[in-house]
Amino acid sequence: MSFVRPKRGVLVVAASLSAVLLAAACGGSGGSSSGSGGSGSGSAAAVDLTKQGPTEYWAGKDTSGNLAKLISQFNAQHPQGKVTFHELPDNADQQQQQMIQATTTKNPNMGVISMDVVWTAQFAANGYVVALPKDQFPTDKFLPATVSSATYFNKLYGYPASSDGGLLYYRKDLLQKAGISDPPTTWSQLMQDCDKIKAQAGNASLGCYAGQFQKYEGLTVNFAEAVNGAGAVIVGEDGKPNVNTDQAKQGWSQIVSMYQKGYIPKAAITWQEEQGRQAFQSGQLIFLRNWPYVYALASKDDGSSKIVGKFGVAPLPGLNGPGVSSLGGHNMAIAANAANKGTAADFIKFMTSEQTMKSNVLATSAAPTLTSLYTDSDITKKYPYMPILLKSIETAKPRPKAVDYTDVTLAIEDAGYSTLQGQQQVDQAFSTLQTKLQGLIK
Amino acid sequence: MATATAVSKPSTATGDGHKRKKNAFSDGQGRLAWMLLAPTLLVIFVMAGIPVVMSIRESFFANDNAPDPTTGLIKQGESFVGIKNFAQIFTSTDVVQGNWGTMNRFWNAFLNTSMITIVCVVIETVLGVAMALIMSKAFRGRGFVRAGILVPWAIPTIVSALMWKLIFDANGVMNKILGQQILWLSDTFSSFWAIVIADSWKTAPFIGLLTLAGLQTIPAEVYEAAKVDGASAIQQFTQITLPMVKPTLVVAVLFRTLDTLRMFDLPYGMIGPGKYRVETLSVFAYQETQATRFGSAAAYSMVLFIYVLLVAYLFVRVLGADVIGEKAPKKKKVKKNDRNDTQAAPVSGIELAGGAH
Amino acid sequence: MAAGVVEHHLSQAEVAQLAKPRRPLGAKIGVVASYVGMALIVIYCILPFYWMIVSSLRLPSMGLSTSFLPDPPSIENFKGVFSGQNNFGRSLINSVIISGATTIITLLVGMVAAYALARLQFKGKGGVLWIIMACSMFPQITLIVPLLKMFSQTDPFEWFPYWINTYQGVILPYLAFGLPLAVWNLTAFFRQLPVELEHAAMVDGCTPGQAFRKVIVPLAAPGVFTTAIIVFIGAWNEFLIALTFLQDANMQTATVAISKFTGTTGFDTPYGTIMAAGVIVTVPLLAAVLIFQRRIVAGLTAGGVK
Repeated sequence: MSFVRPKRGVLVVAASLSAVLLAAACGGSGGSSSGSGGSGSGSAAAVDLTKQGPTEYWAGKDTSGNLAKLISQFNAQHPQGKVTFHELPDNADQQQQQMIQATTTKNPNMGVISMDVVWTAQFAANGYVVALPKDQFPTDKFLPATVSSATYFNKLYGYPASSDGGLLYYRKDLLQKAGISDPPTTWSQLMQDCDKIKAQAGNASLGCYAGQFQKYEGLTVNFAEAVNGAGAVIVGEDGKPNVNTDQAKQGWSQIVSMYQKGYIPKAAITWQEEQGRQAFQSGQLIFLRNWPYVYALASKDDGSSKIVGKFGVAPLPGLNGPGVSSLGGHNMAIAANAANKGTAADFIKFMTSEQTMKSNVLATSAAPTLTSLYTDSDITKKYPYMPILLKSIETAKPRPKAVDYTDVTLAIEDAGYSTLQGQQQVDQAFSTLQTKLQGLIK
Repeated sequence: MATATAVSKPSTATGDGHKRKKNAFSDGQGRLAWMLLAPTLLVIFVMAGIPVVMSIRESFFANDNAPDPTTGLIKQGESFVGIKNFAQIFTSTDVVQGNWGTMNRFWNAFLNTSMITIVCVVIETVLGVAMALIMSKAFRGRGFVRAGILVPWAIPTIVSALMWKLIFDANGVMNKILGQQILWLSDTFSSFWAIVIADSWKTAPFIGLLTLAGLQTIPAEVYEAAKVDGASAIQQFTQITLPMVKPTLVVAVLFRTLDTLRMFDLPYGMIGPGKYRVETLSVFAYQETQATRFGSAAAYSMVLFIYVLLVAYLFVRVLGADVIGEKAPKKKKVKKNDRNDTQAAPVSGIELAGGAH
Repeated sequence: MAAGVVEHHLSQAEVAQLAKPRRPLGAKIGVVASYVGMALIVIYCILPFYWMIVSSLRLPSMGLSTSFLPDPPSIENFKGVFSGQNNFGRSLINSVIISGATTIITLLVGMVAAYALARLQFKGKGGVLWIIMACSMFPQITLIVPLLKMFSQTDPFEWFPYWINTYQGVILPYLAFGLPLAVWNLTAFFRQLPVELEHAAMVDGCTPGQAFRKVIVPLAAPGVFTTAIIVFIGAWNEFLIALTFLQDANMQTATVAISKFTGTTGFDTPYGTIMAAGVIVTVPLLAAVLIFQRRIVAGLTAGGVK
């Protein structure tokens, strides 16, 4: 549509009617001001964050059931505006699609959304979400990397709700047996360790290393880590693509040669997180790059894991020194068309409070965004890897921020996958990638 | 009794087309017909017609994609861009490496779509007809077999895509059975075959079921007459079975073709987006929506739509998916001669199914 | 009644065809060959389904295992499907209501349209068939946004009823997707039936409507039934529209519920639970087909053997 028109009263009536009928399942009651529209809502001053009333929280599945508890807790404390959980599919693309569609149709019920860190630029630039005023949403208690993931053009568009950083899982027992005291910090050390371990009796068939090398978002994560871990960048501090550098190429070539030499199993280019975890916990891999969630599953003693107590966690390796993780996680943002932004804002504050986040971290093993929680004794007792994860996230680099992120990530995946498959030389792939990125990030 | 049927059937053949006018309810047929068609047309107009028109409109619009250099915000709203979205499809310099060489991403998707459709539909038709022939034999437990054959088709696609993903996993059961590690889910030619295998498995039953229903309307007398005339099994199949199930079979194959041309779930759900060896036009269009380029997505859909329409048209012309019996006058004449010839032949009932050999 | 007699004649022919094994070659070879073929096809169809069942009976964390029998076997996944927050039972009911209504309405509407196309003479018949089909050729994924705008009363559809979270909001689009196939298919079937049957019935005093209902529909039963199965399964398996238009958890269909299954974290795809849900939604469908089709075949037999 050429112009965004304010929502008609009839919808508001219908919505409030259904809100009554469905016992607050739908929000959107109230006056005619609900249609602030997507346009120009980026100017933070114009956004009114006071209006209370029913609203919805749009996010992927509540994995632990804890979210339901937290929401009813919030609703009990907050009678002036209640929140309903709007559950989205497990698949991130579908979540994104649903949110875009709801914005296109100016759904006033969508209040708070759980926004993947890589969507920030797209959602902010298109005015799907509103900028959060810094006075109401202070950022000093959060890990700086997580705040930066929610920031676009110096404005905060989301409040960090969960974070994620990559970890190197390694087989403690095998390393010890081979006389290796510390986990590797560089790729060449990692390969040497593998050589030593595989030289031992019965270990010849073990795979050395795996990450996420299937062609999907995970490849972008691993690609960026390889490049960043070599001291290079994909997109520089100035926001200009700068990937066609020797350092960057060395960083990725290392991974490509590890794949070609068999340090990374042939099948690993079809692996996402889960296949890697499965291979690792069935004892077929020595090293694995994965997210913190693997820790609890690989420690499960129901017979599914063969390596309970036999593995350790370390920061990611890099080309010449410690590596750099890509930053994952979700931020909570207020949808531009939300009718009751006041309730939405209150809900975000509630969900990111220390107490709530702690309960959530304990229930879901999500990585906290509040610095203080990394030293919380309850949390570190349950998740002993927290200090290492903190290091990983503190030094983590965001993936490129781009409005056309779907194109950017596909361009990166193209370069990464074609070189792994041996269809293209790294030199050629990187110069193509640089050209494409220059067209996409202006 | 049996002869009564046999006699009454062939007479339909002559009742085809022009002769039909003599039937008992020829007065006011036009009005009645439109009344009967009204609900269907209304539903289709509102639920498909309006959205199609909106999509066509959308395909001539585009949103401004350049963010403001100081705020990073994109101006909202769309503007009319004429045929720019379409021009971009064909002039894009975005080249990809696919099964058919390095080429423009659109043509790559176009070739994938066409090849997947051809291969899948041929396999599905052969399998489907085989299924139908076997199911049409009367034997004990036929109901069970029929239900069994329905299994692939009854499983929701979002589940079966995942099921095949499990089966085609690098360490999955398919490779275990084959005894080698084929990377079905990477981006190789085997991914193409993974799609073909999964799709033929899922939809061959569709053709099978429809063909079976067609088979059930063939009177046994026709076969008996053929047997008396000494027709072999193969002759019976090609001379009786095939021509008589043709109307149903052609509709089944037509709809399968149209569906397969728009294939989305399997390449997207099983192999994943961005895999150029299996990227179909629908996947491409979907990715454009994901990138919020609705105009461009609509343009891709339009191109796909026109392509599908063209295929459907050719289909009807070449294969004669002539369910209404309204052939072009020239063709009618040919058919008539045809019919006169065969009417003298012993198995005259065949022709009633309409359509030339 | 003459109509009845005619009907029985044909029914009997049908029945003869249905009930009698045809033996084109040496009977034994033929029988053996067809049993072997049958077995092969059933195996081909069922093996992947077997894999689904096996996968559903594994431990939830062993989704990617490749052992041919679940080891250790577990019904955790099935419990998981029905665990409270999935709301799966309710979703199944919604699926049944939506698919059932879609099927019935599609058949009713489609049959009268097919009758008009198969039996009546009027101008523009070819055009109508083409329009019906053309509208079903547009890629569905691009129709969703316009439909969503319509049902949510977004500009320019303020006049349209608000249909988000309603059954009709998905049933009507399903009708539009199911009708083209139903109309084409039923038209093909009706045309195959001799028009003389209706004439005879009308000579006996039936109206064209009665003749259609009492003569044509029963005789076209295989076609009608097959169309019903196809439409039902199509609606039962649909995902994107249901996901978009049925946003309330109490309205969602089974496929949407399945898409929301997740493991204990955002990364672990719960293959086991999804496979279990797949088994749960597939089996009743098959049972229904089994029961239903017997009845139809039986109905024909009863009409003929008199």
